Order: sequence, then structure tokens, then C-alpha cells
Amino acid sequence: MADPIAQFQIKKIATLGHIGGVEIAFTNSAAFMLAAVAVTVGGLVLATAGRSMVPGRVQSVAEVTYEFVADMLRQATGEEGMKFFPLVFSLFSFILVLNMFGMIPGLFTVTSHMIITAVLALLVFFTVLGYGLYKHGFHFFGLFVPSGIPIVIMPLIVLIEVMSFLSRPISHSVRLFANMLAGHITLKVFAGFVGLLGSFGALGWIAAVLPLGLTVALTALELLVAFLQAYVFAILTCIYLKDALHPGH
Amino acid sequence: MATQTGTQAPGGAKPPFPPFDKQTFGSQLIWLAIAFVALYVLLARVALPRVASIFAARKQKLESDLASAAKAKTASEAAIASYEKALAEARAKAQATAAAAKQQFAAEADEKKKKLDANLAVKLAEAEKQIDATRKAAMGNVRSIAVDTASAIVERLTGTAPAKPAVEKAVDAALH
Repeated sequence: MADPIAQFQIKKIATLGHIGGVEIAFTNSAAFMLAAVAVTVGGLVLATAGRSMVPGRVQSVAEVTYEFVADMLRQATGEEGMKFFPLVFSLFSFILVLNMFGMIPGLFTVTSHMIITAVLALLVFFTVLGYGLYKHGFHFFGLFVPSGIPIVIMPLIVLIEVMSFLSRPISHSVRLFANMLAGHITLKVFAGFVGLLGSFGALGWIAAVLPLGLTVALTALELLVAFLQAYVFAILTCIYLKDALHPGH
Repeated sequence: MATQTGTQAPGGAKPPFPPFDKQTFGSQLIWLAIAFVALYVLLARVALPRVASIFAARKQKLESDLASAAKAKTASEAAIASYEKALAEARAKAQATAAAAKQQFAAEADEKKKKLDANLAVKLAEAEKQIDATRKAAMGNVRSIAVDTASAIVERLTGTAPAKPAVEKAVDAALH
């Protein structure tokens, strides 16, 4: 049976050098990230090449995606949050395209690596923190002091609020990474069963129908998850950005 | 395994679970930074403004189309109003013309009738005069015949011719 972990292996394509003893290489992960950039930007530019008043099929996809992310951000943060639109769109499209790459058999899933999702989540975390402090100064910490709470339990509430704020990047990144990792392992395991049972002869072939059916069903589910996790990452980004824009409860 | 460079993995142990393999973090971080910054810049500077410009152009087109439609509507309403006004004017004019013509014809007919009446009256008077003259002439003839006849009768009866004035007097008295 094929190793379900092997698909997450980072494969070196070329070593570029060393920084402080750490090898810097061009890898399969790097190639897919650059491909995601090319697909996203190239796709949007090509889709809008016609600049038609009445959009065709491809232009509609670009327009619908744009409006989808713009509405998501506008509903969470209001019109003044639109300055973060390029960031939210970049996060959403980057994760969505990388997740979808992962759904193509044989291709590498960049978002199944925690370091990637952690950096993206920390980027959001520090954007919220930095912009909140820049915009509201000390008032930003009002975020941790909900109104209408008895003074006695206030310290406890503030502690909980601070903890939940600090744990945001963890849940934000682990949710995406774990979903992609677990989904792809499950798919690989069930697909592996098909080959394993098939090697047992005629009876095994019949038995292999079950894991094959499950693999098909799981593929559909994983396609949904691939989109959903990109959406969840983006909508959580919007919700966190709302705190930076309006820290008052 | 392609990533194994050996510094982190304990000798002989099986390689770490790939997503937690710290050996790969450096490369991943650098390429993530390059890719994400490139994506952000290209989206913010090129791709997203392109889509936004399409929306803006569509909105502008829609607004200008609506404005021109509204303008056309006002123009057509004005045209309808002026048409109705012209129609009303023409109708009033036609009525006035008809009334004037009617009046004129009535006046002409009246005048003709008057002229005809006057003509007839003159002709009647002439005819009456003629009748009168004829009667007078006839009556004059009757008188002279009566006078002659009376003279002749009196002469035959008495043998003498009566005085002409006396006979004329007697005849006039008998005639009237």
C-alpha cells in the first residue's frame, strides 16, 4: 500500500544556497505557489481581456469571484474595510487555488503544510494588531473589555478575551492545515485500499468497489472542503479585520 | 527522501512527518514571501483594478443609458403635448372656418333672397300697374261704347240726339 504521507513530501528541485546553515531550495511547494500566483493573476487578466459590458462565461467567473470577496468584506467591516480588499482577495484566491491544485491527483498541496498556513494567519493577526493600534491607539485594547460586565468578573473576562485574541492565529492556521492534511490522508488511505484489495484476486476486486465508491464520494467532499476552507479563512480574516476597524464591542 | 540533508533528523531514525520537518521551513517561508507578495502586488495593481474598471464602466454606461432614456421620454412627452396642442388648434381653426363659411353662406343666401324679393315686388307692382291700366283702358272703352250706344238708343226713341255731356254723366253714374 502506498504511503499516505509521501504526498506531503517537499521535493527539492534545485538548491539555491544557504542562509545561516538553512538550505534554501526551489521545491515542488515553491513551484505550486508560483503557479497559483500565475493562475490567479493570469486568469483574472485573461478573463477581463474583453472588458465586455455584457460578460461572457469566463469574465463572469472573474466578476462573481470579485463580488463574492468584496461582499464578504463589506458585510463584515463596512465600506471603510475595503482598503483591505486586495489582502483578503489575495488570501482567498491563494488558498483556494492551492487547495484546488491539491485536488488534482499527483499534485502537491501547499496548504497542507503548517508553516504556510501559520504565516498567513500571523500575517492577518499582525495586520489586525498593527492597524488597530495605528488607527485607535490605546483604545484598541477596548476590544478586550466588553461593556455591560460586572466589575467583579471583569479581570476574568479580560483574561479570556486576551487569550482568545492571542489564540486566533493558532485556530486560524490549524483549521486550514489540518483539514487539508486529514482530507488528503483519508483520500489516499481509501484509494490505497482499492489497490490493496485488488491485489487479492477476483474476490478482492469485488470488495474493492466499496473503498472505490468512498474515494469518489470523498473526492467530492474534499472539493467542497477545499473551497470551504478558503472561504472560512477569508471570512475569519474579515471578522478579525472588523476588530481592527471597530474595536468597541 | 529528497529533503533529507541530515542536520535535524537523528541518525538512522525515520524521517520526520513532512509538514513538521523544520528542514523545509526556510525554503517554504522564502517562497511563500515571494509568491504572496507577488500575488498581492499583481492583484492590487493589475488584476483587481481591471475588474473594478469593468464594473465602473458598466455602471457609467447604465447611468448614461438611463439618463438618455429619460431624456427621450421627456422629448416624446413634449412631442405628444405639442401634437395634441396642434390638433386642438387645428380643430378650433376648422370649427371657426366652418362657422365663418356657414355665416357667409347664410348672409349670401339672405341677400339673394332679399334681392329676389325686391325684384319680385317690383315685377308684381309693374304687373298690377299694367292690369290697372288695362282695366282702365277697358273701362274707358266700355264708357265710350256705352255713351255712343245710349245716344243712339235715345236718338232712335226720341228722334233727337241728346246732349253729349248729359249722356256721359248718366253713363258714369250707371258705371259706378
